[in-house]
Amino acid sequence: MGTETLTLGKAINTGLRRAMERDDKVILMGEDIGKLGGVFRITDGLQKDFGDDRVIDTPLAEAGIVGTAIGLALRGYRPVCEIQFDGFVYPAYDQIVCQVAKMRYRSLGKVSLPMVIRIPFGGGIGAVEHHSESPEAYFAHTAGLKVVACSNPEDAHFMIQQAIAGDDPVIFFEPKRRYWEKGQVDVTAELESAYPLHKSRLVRSGSDATLVAYGPMVRTAMDAASAAAEEGRELEVIDLRSISPLDMEPIFESVRKTGRLVVVHEAPSNVGMGAEIAARVSEECFYSLEAPVLRVTGYDTPYPASRLEEEFLPDLDRVLDAVDRSFGW
Amino acid sequence: MSKGDTAPRRSASKAASKRVGSTPEPEYVQLLTPDGERVEHPDYSVDFSDEELRGLYRDLVTVRALDAEATALQRQGELGIWASLLGQEAAQVGSGRALRTQDMAFPTYREHGVLYCRGIDPIMPLSLFRGVDQGGWDPIAHKFNMYTIVIGAQTLHATGYAMGIKLDGKVGTDDGEAVIAYFGDGATSQGDVNEAFIWASVYNSPLVFFCQNNQYAISEPVERQMRIPLYQRASGFGFPGVRVDGNDVLACYAVTRAALDAARLGQGPTLIEAYTYRMGAHTTSDDPTRYRDTAELESWKAKDPISRVKALLEREGLADEAFFAEVAVDARAQANHLRERVLSMPDPQPASMFDHVYAESSPLVEAQRAQFQAYAASFEGGH
Repeated sequence: MGTETLTLGKAINTGLRRAMERDDKVILMGEDIGKLGGVFRITDGLQKDFGDDRVIDTPLAEAGIVGTAIGLALRGYRPVCEIQFDGFVYPAYDQIVCQVAKMRYRSLGKVSLPMVIRIPFGGGIGAVEHHSESPEAYFAHTAGLKVVACSNPEDAHFMIQQAIAGDDPVIFFEPKRRYWEKGQVDVTAELESAYPLHKSRLVRSGSDATLVAYGPMVRTAMDAASAAAEEGRELEVIDLRSISPLDMEPIFESVRKTGRLVVVHEAPSNVGMGAEIAARVSEECFYSLEAPVLRVTGYDTPYPASRLEEEFLPDLDRVLDAVDRSFGW
Repeated sequence: MSKGDTAPRRSASKAASKRVGSTPEPEYVQLLTPDGERVEHPDYSVDFSDEELRGLYRDLVTVRALDAEATALQRQGELGIWASLLGQEAAQVGSGRALRTQDMAFPTYREHGVLYCRGIDPIMPLSLFRGVDQGGWDPIAHKFNMYTIVIGAQTLHATGYAMGIKLDGKVGTDDGEAVIAYFGDGATSQGDVNEAFIWASVYNSPLVFFCQNNQYAISEPVERQMRIPLYQRASGFGFPGVRVDGNDVLACYAVTRAALDAARLGQGPTLIEAYTYRMGAHTTSDDPTRYRDTAELESWKAKDPISRVKALLEREGLADEAFFAEVAVDARAQANHLRERVLSMPDPQPASMFDHVYAESSPLVEAQRAQFQAYAASFEGGH
């Protein structure tokens, strides 16, 4: 075993390194990712070790980053694009939803686009506007894309490698407020033995209610479950991991056991992932539900100025309040 | 905006609209006049055998006949829509024949002539326009990417592909590879095209940007896209731009071949502006009589890409009436064959809509496929 204590950011860095060592067709491209190592230093040291042909500092244009990555993928490369911040992905939106997502379908399966688009997402770091958004629903709505979010160093390390190794395009969301949180990572484990990329994971067992979260909100949900336990309520927590496709079976199973479900995410609630999960659970588990599925989310406003983000973002108290409301039904 | 700002703009716009479709001719590379006369150019020349010249004529006539047949099929309700290349045959055949086997092309939805030159069955794009599928030829095997409908998006794909060629070390020699990206004058207003120019320039990519300036983006004339000649824009990005008579197949061939060879030898990108004219509608859905006048159309008919090659062949005694008749009969036969095949094209199997969404399966798509199949099966024998 080669277990090390790594921050989530460093876990992605070592995952990228291993992917690049495994396959010389893996190349990284993005703004400031070379000498600087990225604004969050996620690609730190990789250009030094792999050269500027494989860690490509690009001009400052997101459509160009994704659009040229498509051409590189057609040429047989496995590009990994870094979008510097969530709010900057929109200039590349057309290339992602019209081109990346559909090229395999249009070609009747004759070409694949094995590429990854990494997006540090979510709030909680006190940033200015466009630096704290949660745009995952836009991409989950588009057929042809796979969308995932890691929540801890172990997953981050392996999920990035799995996303790169797969033949489908993956939107890879990284919870930027958790970049500095540490965890144990077995950096020598074989990729094949890693937990499957598109499976959700039960991260805490409980019998009274179910919490579903992903990315930065998994930690919040776990904190809420610990607090609830002190009050005598056992909450089950599921880390979604894959936003598209959704792995719903474990959620159905949990709801059949607990009868109550609260979905937690930072993105606004309207037409968000919580709505999809609530609809699917009501279709499958109607007779098991003791209360409506409740959502704890960001509000349906633009992401506010940073001195208001503590009010905007779901926290432990808002999650527990929703659990109380579920029990009050 | 103050009056002082708008006044000069208006007068410039008027002056520009006066220029379109009327004399004098713009400055461009020309090797064959509308009368079929060969002319010399200091930088560009072609050395075709008589047989090759006859072959170019055959290509032009065939491509036009296939295109006309597709237009007719649309008018008869057999295609949902068609984007005709009428008038742009020389730009497409000239550039298409200039490609070497190893070169890769990224087309728009109008490059039926280039597709023909790449040796792809001309039935392929008709399944797209009939609504049977979304294309379906193998882009990598044919070195001809899928048609791209979103304006200008493919120029970035071409640029990335060209970067890949360079990473593969396939530049710098005669057998190196190059890429050609097709787009229209309207596309040059798109951000993607300008980003592609920047990328290609800073990475010195083996790429030729081939813009067919057919004077209109649907109904919007070039004055709504640019204030300086298009080819001059390249210098602002740091690579050469050339304007070529887009109705002159010899010049289109010579200029494209030179630019592709420069790219494959590591000299970086070139922007070619093929100055031409779309004789028909943008697609069968619009009505060009609403935005173009007859005199303009007539002035371009006099510069027809096919009649000038015919005049050359006649002038130099390279072909006789029997040859022209045989080409016409053969083109007609190919068009008829195309028609038969379109009419007998089967509708797709309904459940095939679930195919090829992902390389690795998706539980959502597979569940919906199963639901759909069960639903469809519930009707069997029911009526």
